[in-house]
Amino acid sequence: MANLAAVVGIGQTKYTTKRDDVSIAGLVREAAVNALQDAGLTWDDIEAVIIGKAPDMFEGVIMPEIYLTDALGCNGKPMLRVHTAGSVGGSTALVAASHVQSGSFKRVLTVAFEKQSESNAMWALSNPHPFSTHLNAGAGGYFAPIIREYMRRSEAPHDVGIKVAVKDRLHGARNPLAHLQKPDITMQEVEESFMLWDPIRFLESCPSSDGACAMVIANEELAEQAPKPPAWIRGVAMRSEPTMYAGREEVSPQAGRDCAADVYQQAGITDPRRDLDCAEVYVPFSWYEPMWLENLGFAPEGEGWKLTMEGATSLDEGGDIPWNPSGGVLSSNPIGASGMIRFAEAARQVRGDAGAHQVEGAKLALGHAYGGGAQFFSMWVVGAEKP
Amino acid sequence: MSEEQDVITGIEAPVYLKYNFTAGAAAARFLHQIKKGVLTGQRCPSCQQVYIPPRGSCAACGCPTEEEVEVADKATIQSFTIVTIPIPNNPIQPPYIIANLVADGANISFLHLISECVNEDVHIGQRVQALWKPEEEWDYAMDNIRYFRPIDEPDVPVEMIGKLPVTGWEGSADD
Repeated sequence: MANLAAVVGIGQTKYTTKRDDVSIAGLVREAAVNALQDAGLTWDDIEAVIIGKAPDMFEGVIMPEIYLTDALGCNGKPMLRVHTAGSVGGSTALVAASHVQSGSFKRVLTVAFEKQSESNAMWALSNPHPFSTHLNAGAGGYFAPIIREYMRRSEAPHDVGIKVAVKDRLHGARNPLAHLQKPDITMQEVEESFMLWDPIRFLESCPSSDGACAMVIANEELAEQAPKPPAWIRGVAMRSEPTMYAGREEVSPQAGRDCAADVYQQAGITDPRRDLDCAEVYVPFSWYEPMWLENLGFAPEGEGWKLTMEGATSLDEGGDIPWNPSGGVLSSNPIGASGMIRFAEAARQVRGDAGAHQVEGAKLALGHAYGGGAQFFSMWVVGAEKP
Repeated sequence: MSEEQDVITGIEAPVYLKYNFTAGAAAARFLHQIKKGVLTGQRCPSCQQVYIPPRGSCAACGCPTEEEVEVADKATIQSFTIVTIPIPNNPIQPPYIIANLVADGANISFLHLISECVNEDVHIGQRVQALWKPEEEWDYAMDNIRYFRPIDEPDVPVEMIGKLPVTGWEGSADD
């Protein structure tokens, strides 16, 4: 049985297209300082640092963790770098949690970041190989055919993705840290936006953001002394599967289903829609909300879109299971940080510290991240109550 | 000329790294065969599924794949996207269609272009065939196929996509 651990401090930066006032080091330090302040701690209180980001090719800084030790106050302290593509922010938080749950450390700092303004993610993901045609049109080009297959199978109305795009931007308008601030967005505006990778429109896609997210994770004894309410970690799970194998279920990957089953079992969840109060789920393209509603067991197969259309996932419509109250990846996407933001925002909800996007009375929340070709999954469940 | 100058806060200075690509046994065999205009996959000894391009193992079973299997240059559209933005370092002009195609005799899709079609008419289950470049231009590359284009064959039912024999769709109907 693992030791108890909890989130005792959360720090983020304001997500934006270009933070030209800070370097990568300045960016991660800002998030870390915010997390320490939130926890009422100083650098000396941290025993180890766990850091994650998306592939190094993005900014072209190889092994950036080496150069970031000074900025993160961890000269002479253990530091570990985590790599799991787009899910990395989530798995970095899980690795950090495991360093406390194992009893190895009492209190650790975890940070994830991306500075997309200094990178070209689409280029970095488009390396030519002779055994395949050079047609990698970025993440959207990869996921669009999978979304098309979901639309075919589920026979969902054409505007489900449009509704998600509006809903998450309205959520984002409540969150001052969100990159996109579009309080007046309409279904018509999304529908008329440029078709990038049919069936994915411009406004159904995530932005490119600069940003970092940090958390302080502490053991039971230290969490109980924390000045603000801790978010108790009630379940942690990671699963992965190969990108390509014959017969792979790409719409609802097995690794995602297995990961969800594991984290729910640890947290005592039997019906996620009923038992959880909200969820922060990695939805970089709008149609991934109904797809993940099914993959994560919030709706039966083929019916995830019904929850979306009923408003069940919307704060503004008083839904019973708000998804991405912070605005989600559709409102802010510093890629390497995006998973950690999901985990941190779930923690903010159960700490009752989510400001204008607080889900009233939230006690139990899911944080979720996925990456690569929807093959890496990371999830945690955090609660206001100690297990 | 104005005395006032903008403050320079950054410049773009691309760095190019050139790599020698070591294909490995399976991909090297695939590339030698495609230089001759033949698509060659490998069959998993455990699940019997045919991989193309082969990478030397079955990712589902974890087995090495050694048995070589020739697959057809006819294929079925498993899914696709119509792209309206350019690909970095690729001269192709949007809009263009990228499809996940399963060649007859193979059990896994690869990406390729669909052309000589009305974009709005392209659909899942549609039958297509490779248009090869002139033989003198063939190299060790999947680009020997310029694109795939629709052919006049009935659509493949979704549950059959990825399961056709090398003899093709009409061939399987005759069985």
